[in-house]
Amino acid sequence: MSSSSRTNRELFINGILNENPIFRLALSMCPAVGISTTVMNGILLGIAVLFVQVFSSCTISLIRNHIHPRIRIPTYTLTIATWVTVIDLVLAAFFPTAYKSLGIFVRLIVVFCFITCRLDVFAARNRLFPSCIDALGMGCGFLLGMVVVGGVRELLGMGTLLGYNILGFRPMFFFALPAAGFFTIGFMTAAFNHMETVYNRKKSTSRGSAASGAGL
Amino acid sequence: MRRSFKISFLLIVMMICVLSGKCRAGDRFIRNSAFKGDRQIIVTFAGPVSDVWANDISNFTVNEKPDPDIMLEIEDSTLSLDKTSLVFTFKDPLNREVPHCLTLKQIIADGRSQGTATVTLRKNYLAHLFSVFLGAVLIQNFVFVKYLGLCVFLGVSQKKSTAVGMGITFTIVIVFASMLSWFLYRFVLKPYHLDFLQVIVFIGLVSLTVQGIDTVLRKVNPALFKSFGVYLVLVISSCIILAVPLMLAANDYDMFESLMLSLGAGVGFLLALFLMASVRERLELANVPTPFRGMPIAFIITGLFALSFMGFSGMSLF
Repeated sequence: MSSSSRTNRELFINGILNENPIFRLALSMCPAVGISTTVMNGILLGIAVLFVQVFSSCTISLIRNHIHPRIRIPTYTLTIATWVTVIDLVLAAFFPTAYKSLGIFVRLIVVFCFITCRLDVFAARNRLFPSCIDALGMGCGFLLGMVVVGGVRELLGMGTLLGYNILGFRPMFFFALPAAGFFTIGFMTAAFNHMETVYNRKKSTSRGSAASGAGL
Repeated sequence: MRRSFKISFLLIVMMICVLSGKCRAGDRFIRNSAFKGDRQIIVTFAGPVSDVWANDISNFTVNEKPDPDIMLEIEDSTLSLDKTSLVFTFKDPLNREVPHCLTLKQIIADGRSQGTATVTLRKNYLAHLFSVFLGAVLIQNFVFVKYLGLCVFLGVSQKKSTAVGMGITFTIVIVFASMLSWFLYRFVLKPYHLDFLQVIVFIGLVSLTVQGIDTVLRKVNPALFKSFGVYLVLVISSCIILAVPLMLAANDYDMFESLMLSLGAGVGFLLALFLMASVRERLELANVPTPFRGMPIAFIITGLFALSFMGFSGMSLF
């Protein structure tokens, strides 16, 4: 994970593709299942996560030389908790209806593993600017994942996207049910795994060990 | 010894605080009040009351305790033949999960006013506690219905023995952590209007609890620590451990309700882990299509469980 050899663009893309929190790392699935019934919910939570990730990465990156290694995890948690409180209050004040639909999940951003993971792996070892780019990439990756899952569920379940009627009918209302989040993610990861094996089979000459998406 | 003495002292103080807050505001003249069916409330008086007073609906107001400004519409009040019990019928079904406040203005009996009385109606308290517990285990199971704690759930549900170990550790930690946070919220955060610090305080408390249990267990029972210590670190990364204190704060639960909810959350998580582990052990022998191996099939199984747990919704025991 050394940053010096990687350009900013690679850092940004890394969070979106190679280490996408939802599809590749399979971390923080709770919101992806719980509130991804519509695209709008996905976008809102994604933006909240993006803010928290960027701000806490910047904070940790700035104070990284003053953190004693033994108390680093509590420091990360408290930093994230502070920024989550800020976002929580801002959302509650300016977007009360959206805040209500997100429910408890805004506050639960504190325990999303990939944010802490990013702070430990990247922000604590790199300067401000690369940490910021890396955080932006991870945040956007999460946002993208939520939007894709939300989009599939909303399109298949209600026949709409962002509230606009696209299909004019409801192909599979089942997907709008809360429990269908598990099926959506299950089938999507399976589809990604399949595409990956096909892709690897085609390029099997040089790249031997592409990370398997099936691992935890 | 001194340590256990301190803890028991703390518990007694907590009990007194809770019990003193729970005294019912009632009137001497009202003997009993209870829900009757879906949309009726029955009030029993110590003596016969005036039927003119009893048949005038404007003498009575009923509201749900959390919303004192929304009055429920009384359709009819009927006095029994011996004039000692009064039945109110409401337009809409009552939500019996919520305590109700019933105000009777200027009760007239024996030709004179007996004063205004306010009574609080609630379900049988023990039954209510049990329904909170069962609600957290089955009806609102944190994994299958609320979709929380999935990372840990999918991570440790490979083997039954691991699942049970994790479930037990989790239950112990969550009960301790949520009781602590309930205490802090009720007596520190709320009186001093520090509600906005909830997230920071609760996550700090949870980490402290985990660290505390870790230290105590390591010293007191190393054998137990060897088998359960691994899970302690994992517990903190589960959303449920933070969600329960937040829910307690949002719903303003009292001490026993909090205890029941946190216990229910732990037992529900244990149940979910055990069910999932049982299926996954079988799954090792099954011929799963290649792209579905690993995470995808685990998700689909969880989805099937979630669907079947939807069957519990709307269940009410009391």
